[in-house]
Amino acid sequence: MKKLVMIGNGMAGVRTIEEILKLSPNQFEITIFGQEPHPNYNRIKLSNILQGDASFEEIIINPLDWYKENNIQLFTGESVNKIDTERKFVTTDQGREVEYDDLIIATGSNSFILPIPGADKMGVTGFRDINDCEMMIKSAEEYKKAVVIGGGLLGLEAARGLLNLGMKVDVVHLMPSLMERQLDPIASSLLKAELESQGMRFLMENETVEIIGDERVAGLRFKDGSFARADLVVMAIGIKSNTSVARDSGIYVNRGIVVNDFMETSAPNVYAVGECAEHREIVYGLVAPLYEQGKVLAERICGKEAAPYEGSVTGTQLKIAGVDLYSAGEIFEDGTTKSIMVYNEFEGIYKRVLIRDNRVVGIVLYGDTKDSTRLFRMLSKKEDITGVSIFESQCSAEGGGGDIASMPNDELVCGCNGVTKGAIVEAIKTQGLTTLDQVSHCTNAGRSCGRCKPMVNDILAYTLGDQFDAAAAQKTSICGCTTISREELIAEIKEKGLSSVKEVMNVLEWNNEEGCTKCRPAINYYLGMIHMDEYKDDRDSRLVNEKMHANIQKDGTYSVVPRMYGGVTTAADLKKIAEVAEKYEVPLVKLTGGQRIGLFGVKKEDLPSMWKELDMPSGYAYGKTLRTVKTCVGAQFCRYGTQDSMSLGIELEKKFERLDTPHKVKMGVSACPRNCSEAGIKDIGFVGIDGGWEIYIAGNGGVDLRAGDLLATVKTEAEVMEMTGAYLQYYRENANYLERTSKWVERVGLEHVKEVLANEETRKALNERMDQTLKKYIEPWNEAIESESIKDKYYAVHTVKAGE
Amino acid sequence: MITTKTMTLAANYSDLPVRAGYAVNINDIEIALFKVTNGRVYAIENHSPHPKGGVLTEGLVSGEYVYCPVYDWKISLVDGKVQAPDTGQVKTFQVEVEGDNVYIII
Ligand SMILES: Cc1cc2nc3c(=O)[nH]c(=O)nc-3n(C[C@H](O)[C@H](O)[C@H](O)COP(=O)(O)OP(=O)(O)OC[C@H]3O[C@@H](n4cnc5c(N)ncnc54)[C@H](O)[C@@H]3O)c2cc1C
Ligand code: HEM
Ligand code: SF4
Ligand code: FES
Repeated sequence: MKKLVMIGNGMAGVRTIEEILKLSPNQFEITIFGQEPHPNYNRIKLSNILQGDASFEEIIINPLDWYKENNIQLFTGESVNKIDTERKFVTTDQGREVEYDDLIIATGSNSFILPIPGADKMGVTGFRDINDCEMMIKSAEEYKKAVVIGGGLLGLEAARGLLNLGMKVDVVHLMPSLMERQLDPIASSLLKAELESQGMRFLMENETVEIIGDERVAGLRFKDGSFARADLVVMAIGIKSNTSVARDSGIYVNRGIVVNDFMETSAPNVYAVGECAEHREIVYGLVAPLYEQGKVLAERICGKEAAPYEGSVTGTQLKIAGVDLYSAGEIFEDGTTKSIMVYNEFEGIYKRVLIRDNRVVGIVLYGDTKDSTRLFRMLSKKEDITGVSIFESQCSAEGGGGDIASMPNDELVCGCNGVTKGAIVEAIKTQGLTTLDQVSHCTNAGRSCGRCKPMVNDILAYTLGDQFDAAAAQKTSICGCTTISREELIAEIKEKGLSSVKEVMNVLEWNNEEGCTKCRPAINYYLGMIHMDEYKDDRDSRLVNEKMHANIQKDGTYSVVPRMYGGVTTAADLKKIAEVAEKYEVPLVKLTGGQRIGLFGVKKEDLPSMWKELDMPSGYAYGKTLRTVKTCVGAQFCRYGTQDSMSLGIELEKKFERLDTPHKVKMGVSACPRNCSEAGIKDIGFVGIDGGWEIYIAGNGGVDLRAGDLLATVKTEAEVMEMTGAYLQYYRENANYLERTSKWVERVGLEHVKEVLANEETRKALNERMDQTLKKYIEPWNEAIESESIKDKYYAVHTVKAGE
Repeated sequence: MITTKTMTLAANYSDLPVRAGYAVNINDIEIALFKVTNGRVYAIENHSPHPKGGVLTEGLVSGEYVYCPVYDWKISLVDGKVQAPDTGQVKTFQVEVEGDNVYIII
């Protein structure tokens, strides 16, 4: 396979990789380096984070799992600082060297920081990444007064965010009107009036010459000698392509890394895409053109016949509540243009379209932007507008539907991702889509700035006609096979007494008769949770590891991890493990992360006989269930120990082993706060103190590292068992399938969980349901050994007998 | 041009579990048989087209599709095509059922 390396893990680069995977999933071994310690997130939505209506989680576009699923080697928090274009390898700041056959530079840009005295003081920042955002949010907790330098798109969005965070905000602007590159003076003054009424203060026509203060910024000095006080300064005067790696490696750089119409740089097999690239002397700073570049580059790299990239016309809008604004193309009249204008000062609506030679060449809309997609189509397609009415009659009586019907199929609906109405309608029809989520997933529409979502929703409504269910379209369904959510599913199962996976899918009219890998395991779990000991598990609705009771390894072999309660074993058991490992020539014997022994690389057909010879219960190292209880040595031997951690750990593991849970659950028990079992990063952790136990919940030692929160301090081991049973059962009944305890507790809140579990009656009821559920489990390895049909169906290798 | 096809006995119909895979090795080709809910039997090469893919017999079966157990690609048992957004194709084999004998035509 060819080696493809990408420098930069941002929006344009990762989109290019998505396009490449679509065209040719098996052609490349892909490695990505990203300076930021995160997977690819939606930078556009940083404004929404600052304005308080999105969390970082929500703006991640490609979660770490996506990289894993696509076999992409990702190095975050690591930057490339040298490219050897002769010998074709890159070197990182951590000294790593990686060879490439093809290299993509997608390093984006940096905030432009004014080169004035004091610009390096604490409290001065750009607005580019999540780090900047966090710094601003933190400053707002401590300080009162912010100054934003720059009255463009970024500056105004930053200023709005800081207002939301409770700061007083001044915006300093060099020019006499705001967003002067996108708006004409009338639109600009309407915008200014609106923002002033929202509480922004403007210092127009001011040039900042110095930032003053001791260590931290205290204010700004302007060219005319005046001052403004500030505890926080945000510089949003522009961006500067991030070209240093390319330049230092001898690649031709002007304002950006210079590329041709196929995104090729001056060095062979090295490409550039995104804000770092300069194409026909233009560096773009909006995602739409960058995604177009990505498409062309993907085709080129995959060796497909690619149409050249010939540049883009872009449209701008501002993401501030209460401001509806759109601009594209030229702004100012010259001798050869004519304007068509609507100006309704009373309602604050202003529209102006610039026409040259019967064609639209510029658009400014303020207060009402519903014509924007239609006008932008006319502009970008250079349509002749003779006889066409530019602004639709003001009072079109029908609502959304009518507009959609009259919209031509090639009209662009999602500007960011270049998706037309036709493409959306076709996806809805051919793939049976019914929710906004599904449409976004299939077509990319709405995956960037999100402004097209209302329109996509209208198209969905129009295309589905009577079948459209407004409420259903908005919510997040379990998977593409249905529109119902988890809550509805649970309610329906209880209400209608549904008792099998098949029945659920039938009665609730799944559009995919036998479901998929998302819904079937989830339904199976929910049924088991609701019907406790009455439900017969549907083994074929479980995914491979749980179905086989062994972890599948990357080469199709399996691993065997027997229980070793509390990590405590005996010489006799060790001998047995050793003998089995020898007899079956197990390629790897290793201590797992969970204090037990794993035998790796086992053939499927050897599983039952190995289990039999081991004669030990399954350790469930593969399941959505209790994995292990790690324990420290504790009071039996350790001089610091205040409690018997090994006994408690063993008791917990024996009680809760095999229990189905929404996701895996790990526990740790330590006998003193030195915490040798690392109980602080477990789903449930127990720490012995003088005269009792502390119970920590929602810790996680995996991808989302999180320290546990103290749930309760109790005196006896009986109380530990009671609290743990109640907590686990509450998690089982309320979390979404595949939601770890850490995520779940963050979602519902620690206080809420504490409140529920404070009630003794509630705890008692939860424990009763837990105990009833626990009755149903039988040891799965033993079951397999004893059942010919299980052995035959899941573990046998087949020989054929000629037909009787 | 004349091509010869061989009918090879692959399994007994009654031995095939419903909605699960069944691996057989014929002429050194690993083949996965699937008996789906409607009783029909399909045969495809027992190897996921994913670059790091492994066997398909252990995948979840839904209607006339199987999901790659390791990478979750959805693969048609009828024509072997990988479903969007992923792409690729697995080799399929024609199946004949006569009485309790399941033959594969290679
Ligand atoms: C607050 C804000 C609001 C915005 N709003 C909009 C909007 O409404 N509409 C719109 O279309 N656009 C908007 N944009 C612009 C849009 O986000 C960018 O155009 C887009 O992110 C550019 O993509 P990129 O891949 O070129 O760069 P980036 O997304 O910046 O990605 C580049 C990545 O490369 C990494 N990198 C750099 N150098 C190295 C190195 N040497 N080694 C490894 N990694 C490296 C960087 O850390 C960065 O993560 C907005 C931007 C911001 C900041
Ligand atoms: C295919 C994917 C994975 C496989 C095959 C796998 C396998 C294993 C195995 C066999 C163990 C030993 C467990 C035991 O003894 O019970 C283990 C431990 C562990 N795994 Fe994974 N794992 C996988 C994915 C993950 C993921 C996604 C995370 C993080 C979210 C994770 C975090 C851990 C941790 C923290 C431990 C140590 C457990 C402890 O000390 O309590 N693993 N893994
Ligand atoms: S946690 Fe405390 S009691 Fe347990 S082994 Fe460590 S030091 Fe000893
Ligand atoms: S227009 Fe930005 S996501 Fe569709």
